Amino acid sequence: MSTVERKYPAPAVNPEIKPFFDAAAEGKLALKKCAACGQIHHYPRAICPFCGSERTEWISASGRGTIYSFSVMRRVPVPYAIAYVTLEEGVTMMTNIVDCSLDAIRIGQRVKVVFKPTDGGPPVPMFGPA
Amino acid sequence: MTIKGKAYIAGVYEHPTRNADDKSLAQLHAESAMGALADAGLTKDDVDGYFCAGDAPGLGPLSMADYMGLKLRHMDTTETGGSSYVIHVGHAAEAIALGRCSVALITLAGRPRAEGMATGTVPRAPVAASPDAPFEYPYGPTVANQYGMAAMRHMHQYGTTSAQLAWIKVAASQHAQHNPNALLREVVTVEDVINSPMIADPLHRLDCCVITDGGGAIVVAKPEIARSLKRPLVNVLGAGEAPKHQMGGKVDLTYSGAVWSGPAAFAEAGVSHADIKYVSIYDSFTITVLITLEDLGFAAKGQGGKLVADGNLISGVGKLPFNTDGGGLCNNHPANRGGLTKVVEAVRQLRGEAHPKVQVKNCDIALAHGTGGSLGTRHGSATVIMGRE
Ligand SMILES: [Zn+2]
Repeated sequence: MSTVERKYPAPAVNPEIKPFFDAAAEGKLALKKCAACGQIHHYPRAICPFCGSERTEWISASGRGTIYSFSVMRRVPVPYAIAYVTLEEGVTMMTNIVDCSLDAIRIGQRVKVVFKPTDGGPPVPMFGPA
Repeated sequence: MTIKGKAYIAGVYEHPTRNADDKSLAQLHAESAMGALADAGLTKDDVDGYFCAGDAPGLGPLSMADYMGLKLRHMDTTETGGSSYVIHVGHAAEAIALGRCSVALITLAGRPRAEGMATGTVPRAPVAASPDAPFEYPYGPTVANQYGMAAMRHMHQYGTTSAQLAWIKVAASQHAQHNPNALLREVVTVEDVINSPMIADPLHRLDCCVITDGGGAIVVAKPEIARSLKRPLVNVLGAGEAPKHQMGGKVDLTYSGAVWSGPAAFAEAGVSHADIKYVSIYDSFTITVLITLEDLGFAAKGQGGKLVADGNLISGVGKLPFNTDGGGLCNNHPANRGGLTKVVEAVRQLRGEAHPKVQVKNCDIALAHGTGGSLGTRHGSATVIMGRE
């Protein structure tokens, strides 16, 4: 387990994406789903990037997924793992892998969401061992 | 309508400085511009089209036209990071083909060394209101770890190895030893690369490009003007450009926008891979070269490791000589943007003006490719194919 955690910069929240971070504050991972084409996308947008419809709705994700890729940033005071995690819902999101040894992270590994506080902003979803 | 045969690269210049503590940004742009115009045998008063990107000071073409005293009838500020200038070559040829300008000037310059930027290992502050930033910036995306993720996935999916990636740096270093202006002139081995410090898994320090101050410029001219000059004629044969992004969450880091820009450029040029004698491939990292060469069709997807290994990219040794100036990996990556110098070295090759130790024999057709932004998130790919007449 890494004992020192990087200080996480706060996301700049705007009205379009505020529900995502409101959900995060309640420990829930929110995604946007399009009522017109039925597809889920990420990062969340008011307008569906697949069909252009404005009928996008917030849904709750399971918070489970697998690591698509990752990279451990070594040449910094506190090394950390950036990653893309593919959620059970099918979308892949940028995140950090946390609460584990950085040297044990593997592509394909199953992970589950955890929410980590940011520096003066809402918590953000990260992923740890499932 | 096509740009094929409608415009020529009349002048190129790579600023020799790699550390510009004593120069301003506008000065570097202007010195580069004057260098390329002198190379062409033209003056600034011949320029009626100007192209620049986000590295230009102030309000880009307005500030630089003011500084240099240009009288313009065409401007283009297409900004796709380090690939901008490769796109500019295509756009300049389009503008000339349409009669919007006769002599187009493209400039690049920057001073990241002088300004002490930790270019690759510190997250860059997001551009204001960038819609992706709230979902990326908290996670510490740096240039190095974003490309690291692309490399990691390629290794996982296709079995690409660190040794194969290292060969790309080895080839660049073999070329850079002959370039007196190169920042790094020491020849390195595969072992040197693999044993250099890990920056962001799986990319080592020697998998990363250099950080340099400097700049460069390109002059594109209409045929009547190009033919009146005393320089070898380098024709713009074809160009392609495309953005690639996260596709709404359908992320695939194993390929780049070169899968679109490449075929467009080949189709317009009407040439095949066997016709290409030399390639300048954007080399922010070794992995950038490998993925790009696959996407341009020089190897099947996943087979790039075999293509780049065993010296195959070394001029005079391998089948596909690349970045004979030492590229961004060894020579120069001015302003953290390597696209312009890619075009410059391709033009040197086509003119027969590369260093004799790296000059490709009978180099009549060459390709230059830029990748601006990040393979790990979103980037602009640009391909230009040029031929000597
Ligand atoms: Zn839709």
